[in-house]
Formats: sequence, structure tokens, C-alpha cells
Amino acid sequence: MSRAFQWLVPIALGVLILAIWQVVVRRMEIPVYLLPAPSDIAKALAGNFWSLLASLWTTLRVTLEAFALAVMGGVALAVLFSQSRTVETALYPYAVVLQVTPVVAIAPLILIWIGYERIELALVLIAWIVAFFPILSNTTLGLRSADHNLIDLFRLYGASRWQILRRLQLPNALPYLLGAMKIAGGLALIGAVVAEFVAGSGTATGLAWRIIEAGNRLEIAKMFAALFLLAALGVAIFSALSVVEWLLLRHWHESAVRKQL
Amino acid sequence: MTTLVSLRGVSKTFDSGLRAIGNLEFNVEQGDFLSLVGPSGCGKSTVLRIIAGLLQPTSGAVTFAGPKPKMGFVFQEPTLMPWATALGNARLALDLTLVARHEAERRAREALVRVGLGGFEGAYPRELSGGMKMRVSIARAIAAQPKLILMDEPFAALDELTRQALNDDLLKLWREDALTVVFVTHSVFESAYLSSRVAVMTPRPGQIAKEIALDAPVDRKAQFRLSPEFALSAGKVSAALTDAMQRASA
Repeated sequence: MSRAFQWLVPIALGVLILAIWQVVVRRMEIPVYLLPAPSDIAKALAGNFWSLLASLWTTLRVTLEAFALAVMGGVALAVLFSQSRTVETALYPYAVVLQVTPVVAIAPLILIWIGYERIELALVLIAWIVAFFPILSNTTLGLRSADHNLIDLFRLYGASRWQILRRLQLPNALPYLLGAMKIAGGLALIGAVVAEFVAGSGTATGLAWRIIEAGNRLEIAKMFAALFLLAALGVAIFSALSVVEWLLLRHWHESAVRKQL
Repeated sequence: MTTLVSLRGVSKTFDSGLRAIGNLEFNVEQGDFLSLVGPSGCGKSTVLRIIAGLLQPTSGAVTFAGPKPKMGFVFQEPTLMPWATALGNARLALDLTLVARHEAERRAREALVRVGLGGFEGAYPRELSGGMKMRVSIARAIAAQPKLILMDEPFAALDELTRQALNDDLLKLWREDALTVVFVTHSVFESAYLSSRVAVMTPRPGQIAKEIALDAPVDRKAQFRLSPEFALSAGKVSAALTDAMQRASA
């Protein structure tokens, strides 16, 4: 399959579905508060473009901050785990508890503790909780799965723990970390949206809040416009992380090798 | 001859209760090419790890003449870091012992040229064939200029032609650098071709059944594999191995 074909097929399908959607909505005269036509959504997007863009920026900022903290925290804790079994045994169960407790259930507490006057901090914290665990668990696995013979060789040459970590365990964990980052990027966005939903009423100004607001006013086309931007944001984050992964692994990792058939 | 390493009454029992080697005694002389030959599972690899200091013997002692010599280790698998180039892998020991950058690079380049990989410095392991990866692994061992190289069935996974080529290259390095090599193999023919001395081991718990002194492999070429001396050496090793197996099962 050629590259152009790979791009064209899904785009053609999308255009086809939009066209059918447009025709069906107009022909059957479906009211705009039930299902707006694609043209209505485009109009809503254009009409509210700058205010929606500002909301997009708010959500993006929360997502990126939470994501960055999740990567730093997850990697730092995973390194700590790899150095001390005791620390891992003590902390890991709590990391799991944090992961399995539904974030919607913790969010109200966090909002109360942090306070509505520091709403963005609360949103970042909630999104961080969601994004953190895959980074921790995958990086821990990657640090621990370094080739045992290589570890022996490092020891034979008198390598320090720091040298083994930096030259062997961290590079070995890189593909695991990058895989986890693709998951965590999406989760950070979901976390940010959930946090805004829970925070609600006017204090949060991100895309999720715009969706609630538009829903309350029955501006369904605007809801769709905001939803479209959220999806686009998710895709953009995923694509950016895929590019980072490719850049870092293209020389040496099997996943980056194109197989000749 | 001076003794480089000496093993006295060395035994190893693993936590699982597996008795890998029992009461092992032998010397490694300076300049030896010593092959350890034995049935699979007789603790040959365990012996190498104990000499390297990667495993502690349960009883007995490994002593060195003078301070512990610089050692290289070559595993059955190439065991390269996939994220590093051939050069990056070859300079590992030098980087870990904090040799100056340009000096480490120069020595690693030289080692790669000596194993026939000049021009492949920038290649990543996945771009190299099995034989070439093993060459990088050998370059990594010699780049650190060790006195003693421990090799754990390094060519077992290679095809016959590659294996013979690497045998010859290894002997060349052994001669040029006046190395001491302890070479684990389960191939009688490989041991007869390479070694100045062969130690035949019994099945688990491994002990030395017999030591056989051979002519030093100072001038070996492929034709040697067809010579009567080679057949004689292989015959001796083979007979000792059969004997060791039979005594164990008797």
C-alpha cells in the first residue's frame, strides 16, 4: 500500500460520512438542537473561534502540565524502585490504590482541599493522578528487564550503580517509557476533561466546561464544535508523541524497523 | 610458566540445592589457551563466572598471582547494547573505567579493525549479522586490553564457516596480544583446534576428569583440520570425555 493511499482512504471515508450526515439532517429536517448538520457545526466553530481557542489553550495547558509532572514523577519513582526493593514494596501498593480508585470519586475532595481559588492546580493534580501510573509501571518494568549478562559485564568492569542506571537501565527502559507516554498523553487529556466536568460552574474555562455550558443552553452545534477540538487535541498529542518515539528509536529499536515483505 | 589463576577445592551449590560443581581443581597458566570441555549442564559456565568474580564459590578459593588481572568476558550471545553503535559497544569497558574520551575511541576503533570490522563503527547491532555481532563482542573484550579472556561457548550459535573464521581470528589475537584464554565449549573439535590445554569435565557436579596438554596452536591454518595431529588431539579429548561420562554413570 502506498503512503498516499494510506492517507487518502480514511480521509475519503470521513468526507463521505460528513456528506451523508449533511444530506440526512437536511432532508429529514432534524431540528438543530437534536443533531446539527456538519455545516452548522462549522459555522459554530467559526463564530466562536477565538473564545473556543482560548478554552482549548486552557485545557491544553492543564494537560501538558499534568503530563510533564506524570513523566517526571513516574520516572523518578521508577528509578527509586529500581534502586531499592524496600521502597518499592512499601510504596507500590499505594500507587496501585491511586490508580484503581476512580478519579471522578476523588476529584471533589481534591477540589475542596486545593480550593476553587487555585482551580488550575486542582485540575492539574487530578489529571496527573490519571496519567501517572502507566509511566511508573512501564518504566519500572523497563528498568528491571535489562539483559542480565550485560549487568554482569558492567559489574565485571567495576561499574557503579549510577553507571549501570545511566548506561544500561535507563536506555533499556526508553522504549517502555515512550510507549507509556503515548498512553499517558491521552489519559492526561481525559483527566483534564473529567476534572473540568467535576469542577463545573464557571470557575474552569477549558473546553470541557464549554461543552457543559453549551449543553445547558442547548447550543448543540457549539457542543459539537468543542468536542471536535477536543478530539483534534487528543490526536495532536498522540501524533507528537509518536514522532518523538520514532526520533528516539529509529536507529536501534525493532519497532522502528520497516519490514520488507 | 607462571600460574595466573588457581582454583582449589572450588564447589558451588545454588540456592535451589543444585550442586553445579564439586571440588574443582585446576590452574590457568600465563599464556594458556585452556578449553573446558564437558557435557551440557556440567557447570562450565559456573566455573567462568566464579573466576570472573560474578559468583561466589560455596567452598574453596580462587587465587590470582598478584593483583586480580584485567578480565574480558564473551558470552554465548553477543550481548550488545542495541542502542549503541559497534563503536559505542566496543568502548564500553573503557567508558566504565573512565578512560579519556579520545583515547577510548581510538582503542575501540583499533579493536574493531582488528576483528575485521573496520568501516562498521557506526552500525547498530540490528544491522549486523550474527558473526559480526560476535566480532563486536570480542572487540569489546580486547579493547580494554585484558590479560585474561573468559569465553562461554561464544561460537556455539554460529554456522560452521563463520565459526572457523572466528576460531582463526581468535587465535591470531591470542598470539599477538599474548593473551590467556579460558574457553568453554562442548565441541571436541573446536577445543582440539584452539587449545594449548584441554580440561575435560565430568557431568554435574562438575570436576576435572582429565587435563590434556596439546601442542600450542602457534601456527594454525584451515589445513590443520585435515592433519593427523588434529585427528589425534581430537581423539584424545573425545576418549577422555567418553571416559568421564562412563565413570559418572557407572
